[in-house]
Amino acid sequence: MARKISYQQAINEAMAQEMRRDETVFLIGQDIAGGAGAPGEQDAWGGVLGVTKGLYHQFPGRVLDAPLSEIGYVGAAVGAATRGMRPVCELMFVDFAGCCLDQILNQAAKFRYMFGGKAVTPFVLRAMYGAGLRAAAQHSQMLTSLWTHIPGLKVVCPSSPYDAKGLLIQAIRDNDPVIFLEHKMLYGMQGEVPEELYTVPFGEANFLREGDDVTLVTYGRMVHLAMDAAASLARQGIGCEVLDLRTTSPLDEDSILESVEKTGRLVVIDEANPRCSMATDISALVAQKAFAALKAPIEMVTAPHTPVPFTDSLEDLYIPNAAKIEAAVLKIVDKRKVA
Amino acid sequence: MTTHLSAEQLLHAYRVMRTIRVFEERLHIEFATGEIPGFVHLYAGEEASAAGVMAHLRDDDCISSNHRGHGHCIAKGVDVHGMMAEIYGKKTGVCQGKGGSMHIADLSKGMLGANGIVGAGAPLVAGAALAAKLKGTDAVAVAFFGDGASNEGAVFEAMNLAAIMNLPCIFVAENNGYAEATASNWSVSCDHIADRAAGFGMPGVTVDGFDFFAVHEAAGAAVARARAGEGPSLIEVKLTRYYGHFEGDAQTYRDMDELKEMREVRDCLKQFRDHTVAAGLLDISQLDDIDGEVERQIEDSVIKAKSDPKPPAADLLADVYVSYP
Repeated sequence: MARKISYQQAINEAMAQEMRRDETVFLIGQDIAGGAGAPGEQDAWGGVLGVTKGLYHQFPGRVLDAPLSEIGYVGAAVGAATRGMRPVCELMFVDFAGCCLDQILNQAAKFRYMFGGKAVTPFVLRAMYGAGLRAAAQHSQMLTSLWTHIPGLKVVCPSSPYDAKGLLIQAIRDNDPVIFLEHKMLYGMQGEVPEELYTVPFGEANFLREGDDVTLVTYGRMVHLAMDAAASLARQGIGCEVLDLRTTSPLDEDSILESVEKTGRLVVIDEANPRCSMATDISALVAQKAFAALKAPIEMVTAPHTPVPFTDSLEDLYIPNAAKIEAAVLKIVDKRKVA
Repeated sequence: MTTHLSAEQLLHAYRVMRTIRVFEERLHIEFATGEIPGFVHLYAGEEASAAGVMAHLRDDDCISSNHRGHGHCIAKGVDVHGMMAEIYGKKTGVCQGKGGSMHIADLSKGMLGANGIVGAGAPLVAGAALAAKLKGTDAVAVAFFGDGASNEGAVFEAMNLAAIMNLPCIFVAENNGYAEATASNWSVSCDHIADRAAGFGMPGVTVDGFDFFAVHEAAGAAVARARAGEGPSLIEVKLTRYYGHFEGDAQTYRDMDELKEMREVRDCLKQFRDHTVAAGLLDISQLDDIDGEVERQIEDSVIKAKSDPKPPAADLLADVYVSYP
């Protein structure tokens, strides 16, 4: 039965239900309980923003606080995954990957290929990502294209509570290493989520809105801004088709191409920096494989090629918004149609 | 000398060490022909370390290794022809020709992989030990790394994690005196790598890596401690490598007279033969028989590896993922 819960609760519920179902699932990360070795409350935090709250007491011995030591505990999670366990490892902010990239890039991602197809590494790295919390340059990055670039990794960016639960359950059951990215601005978002276990498959984009004039391709938090822009454009007589990628690796190329074949126009919206991004990757894909269908140049709405600034006025300028998406669409649709 | 090892155990240890030596000396010759792709890092001279530690391990115990991994693989029971074929880049290799010398792995034997990233195996082994602990088995996990890796943050983090989580881990620092071309007595800030154990609240000991029995005894204590749930240990094994960092290294940074003395006087195989025969534990003919068997085994593995097929072109795209829609 579906009821409304938050994106954050949906993630918590996915982990709880999978831990109940499969005793090889365990959690490890910094302060995912909080209070280890301290005189006060255990499970004091339940994660820095409370996403794992309550699991420590529900699953004794399976919710492991790690020291502030990303190479150590991320590497340990990868190692445990090669020995029949299904670790869900929390990297508090995706930016901290700078500390432990080797364990993901050179170890987890490479084992299966490098060892001739014999290794199975069911490792999930959960990490908070994205701008909007005034958390500045080292706590606000996307890094989606960095993970997507690496063969051997799967990359998941849910945009709703429903997808967050179903995609995380899929990630935990998946036999490949998965980078599961949680947008910090979506944690409070409410949505209908079934109580029972279900999975959302990887590599299947979600058609959130049908339209004939332009295709908007995006993922993560930007899905909601694209939907806002599409609603506004609909009032001006412009039909937007909105595709939520859900996963950037695997990438649902077929759905992107199918939609552009229909609309003939593409706007890619990506909260990440523009160079070598999902935006440029998808633009290249469409330019290569659907060039004949294009009626106008491809547009990209992205952050600028800068670090994420701290102060609100600058961060608001940095993050793409509905008005920028709308302007990009208006640039490439036939103005006579609007009139 | 006295030992509690049976003749069978002693002969097995000798066979392991001899296999590693002949395997590596043969590679030294074969590499010079240009037929082997990439680069190889030889373990010759260090055999007592792998054999002495692995004598205590079971198939469900894990190890991680490094770029100088052939010895660890052989001692952990990885198939010798499969290793040779892998080094030659053949489909019959243990990694189907997609890993090479630096990535030989056999998870079914608890060999989590040689590793091209210095120090990277230590956190993986902490994870394997954590898995054993969570499953409630008494399996242990051993990280082999060198003096170079002993300066890596990955090793420090793994040692701290293993200590605070009381994991069944053994950290084996094989100090062969050189991290590539940099001397460990310059790059390591303390007198002994084993001294660092104190900083992580675990026992640390330095042993003579030319002496199989010294390594065996220290490893036995550390493995027993780990199996009993008493936590991790660090063993520094002091030894030398007979060849360069990689094949082709002229080793102009070394004192070659010192190396000559080590080879001629302190060699681990020579010492093992002398001591076991002098003590009446083994008969020299038993050891000579093993030498002959090993020579033939390595000869066969080289002949077969050379004639084995390369992987087919389709393998380029295979096994990136278990499944990928």
